[in-house]
Amino acid sequence: MFETLSDRLNKIFDNLRRRGKLSEADVDAVMREVRLALLEADVHYSVVKDFVARVRARSIGAEVSKALNPAQQVIKIVNEEMIGTLGEPARLNLAGPKPWLVMIVGLQGSGKTTAAAKLARLLRSQGERVMLVAADPYRPAAIKQLQTLGERVGVPVFTEDGVNPPELAAHAFDQARKGGYTVVILDTAGRSQLDDQLMDELRSISRKVTPTDTLLVIDSMIGQEALHVAEGFRDTVSLTGLVLTKMDGDSRGGAAISIRSVTGVPIKFLSTGEGVDALESYDPRRLASRILGMGDVIGLIEKA
Amino acid sequence: MFNKWIEGLNRTRKVAFGRLATLFGATDISAETWDELEAILIQADLGVETTESILAVLQDLVNREGLTHTDELQSSLRAELIRRLDAAPAVDFDSHKPTIVLVVGVNGSGKTTTIAKLGRQYAMQGKKVLLAAADTYRAAAVDQLQVWGERLNIPVIAGQPEGDPGAVAFDAVQAALSRKMDIVLIDTAGRLHTRYNLMEELKKVYRVVGKALPGAPHATWLVLDATTGQNALQQARAFKETAQVSGVILAKLDSSAKGGMAFAIQKELGLPILYAGLGERPEDLQPFDREAFVDGILGLKN
Ligand SMILES: Nc1nc2c(ncn2[C@@H]2O[C@H](COP(=O)(O)OP(=O)(O)OP(=O)(O)O)[C@@H](O)[C@H]2O)c(=O)[nH]1
Ligand SMILES: Nc1nc2c(ncn2[C@@H]2O[C@H](COP(=O)(O)OP(=O)(O)OP(=O)(O)O)[C@@H](O)[C@H]2O)c(=O)[nH]1
Ligand SMILES: [Mg+2]
Ligand SMILES: [Mg+2]
Repeated sequence: MFETLSDRLNKIFDNLRRRGKLSEADVDAVMREVRLALLEADVHYSVVKDFVARVRARSIGAEVSKALNPAQQVIKIVNEEMIGTLGEPARLNLAGPKPWLVMIVGLQGSGKTTAAAKLARLLRSQGERVMLVAADPYRPAAIKQLQTLGERVGVPVFTEDGVNPPELAAHAFDQARKGGYTVVILDTAGRSQLDDQLMDELRSISRKVTPTDTLLVIDSMIGQEALHVAEGFRDTVSLTGLVLTKMDGDSRGGAAISIRSVTGVPIKFLSTGEGVDALESYDPRRLASRILGMGDVIGLIEKA
Repeated sequence: MFNKWIEGLNRTRKVAFGRLATLFGATDISAETWDELEAILIQADLGVETTESILAVLQDLVNREGLTHTDELQSSLRAELIRRLDAAPAVDFDSHKPTIVLVVGVNGSGKTTTIAKLGRQYAMQGKKVLLAAADTYRAAAVDQLQVWGERLNIPVIAGQPEGDPGAVAFDAVQAALSRKMDIVLIDTAGRLHTRYNLMEELKKVYRVVGKALPGAPHATWLVLDATTGQNALQQARAFKETAQVSGVILAKLDSSAKGGMAFAIQKELGLPILYAGLGERPEDLQPFDREAFVDGILGLKN
């Protein structure tokens, strides 16, 4: 296991505590540890660079508070920057004429189909009339998977054989409108952002049905490529939100900060298990301390 | 064979190449060179520790041999990366008949698809292959493997959805014995390595297979998603402990990710990388090729 950031910083704190003011060299020592923690959390290299530069600039000029020693002061700034960048949890854009349409996109195996079913369940419980749409004709048994999950959450699943996904989405939307549905959730096939043909397909679905939300589903265990993946999808369809999945594991989830800081797409949900009810909105504070791997230290500093 | 790999990596290469070409142009080695190299390795998910250790080796070499030009660094870097990976060992199917292989990994890593690909490859080598759908948990997981079985004309043993995965694995081994099959590939449900109950369940499947045929499973392969970052090492460690993983398959290497965590897994756990998944089609699987893999990381032309 990694030595936690708080362990490492405590070592630095020990040296710093005895001195009064924060020198540039002190700040450098702390920044080195922050940088390491962020990289080990899979935050993108370039994002780490910018982030550390920002924190450094603020740290050197910072007012020294009475309650905190200088190194703690730096941590406080790191934490504030991180929480600020992560942003408050955003809601779905449920506004405008119904039916609203939520399109789910992302890499292969990231958790889209599961997330579609979870959202259907959530919206249904809020009184919406929800329809799921199986727009993944490629993966073996993808439709059957969505049908099984649809049954589990009590939401009908629209399918159609031999029709390409953009057409299928349009047909589903028509049927939903006629049938008085208020929300349509579109499950699409997994794809790489570099696959031109499949990205064109997404673009044409998006033109045909104009989603009110397009959610990018990202596996929280993803490494440095998260940033390019998100940029690729953002450049193809206008993303309105992020769903971070498999948060029930022990990954740090640094992708969240990379994607958020570069694309500005807000985080809308966390997926925390395989069950259809394992969907949560997130708390930027908790996510920040998970990424930094230092919940205890932050708790202490925030109280000071 | 080799071309297939190159084709898969091509898209990736386009992105990285420009940058490396500049880096390895005929300029003097400077602090910037080392920063750039660090950036490339970390962005390929090698992790800070591995990256620093590679850079230290290179710096040492530069000092010892008095290298001054960046282009002299390129081949040393490539060699150092290759040196850190074992060549994929040949898989032994001759010692046991049937050879039982258990396939494990976290959710969505590519297990079921990889089994289809392996099944196809072994069947094409004239082996009698049986697939076991022991993921009784995920919605339509059994159907997914059955569709592959039908497409590839490979028999599949399946139980009831929500049934006991151990029972399916047991039945499959028994069936393989009586039908004189050569290879059984057992698909298991995806599970996060942190979920105690699910890891215990996997242990049970492992034991049950051993009861059906003493000595089995003869191999346990961990399917890792190549887009995974630093968490991959924790996954590999936990699955190795639970199910005696003997080799790793890196799926989704056709994505833009480089799969750099393979280095730490090789070093810390001594697990060889056996195959690379390079797409969603059944033919998109290659024996792991260290050189092609490293060239993918460096964005080099072959
Ligand atoms: N532990 C855990 N597993 C999850 C979570 N979300 C999804 N999964 C699992 O991850 C695997 C992949 O999920 P899917 O919903 O099929 O992913 P997908 O993105 O639709 O996959 P493709 O359609 O093949 O691209 C399944 O085993 C799911 O049960 C989560 O939050 N936690
Ligand atoms: N691009 C690409 N996609 C792949 C590769 N291998 C698998 N996939 C895709 O990744 C997704 C998940 O693959 P599965 O084989 O269902 O993964 P799994 O590990 O069995 O998933 P669970 O059983 O839900 O844990 C599917 O959409 C596959 O088509 C690969 O090598 N390259
Ligand atoms: Mg899906
Ligand atoms: Mg599977």
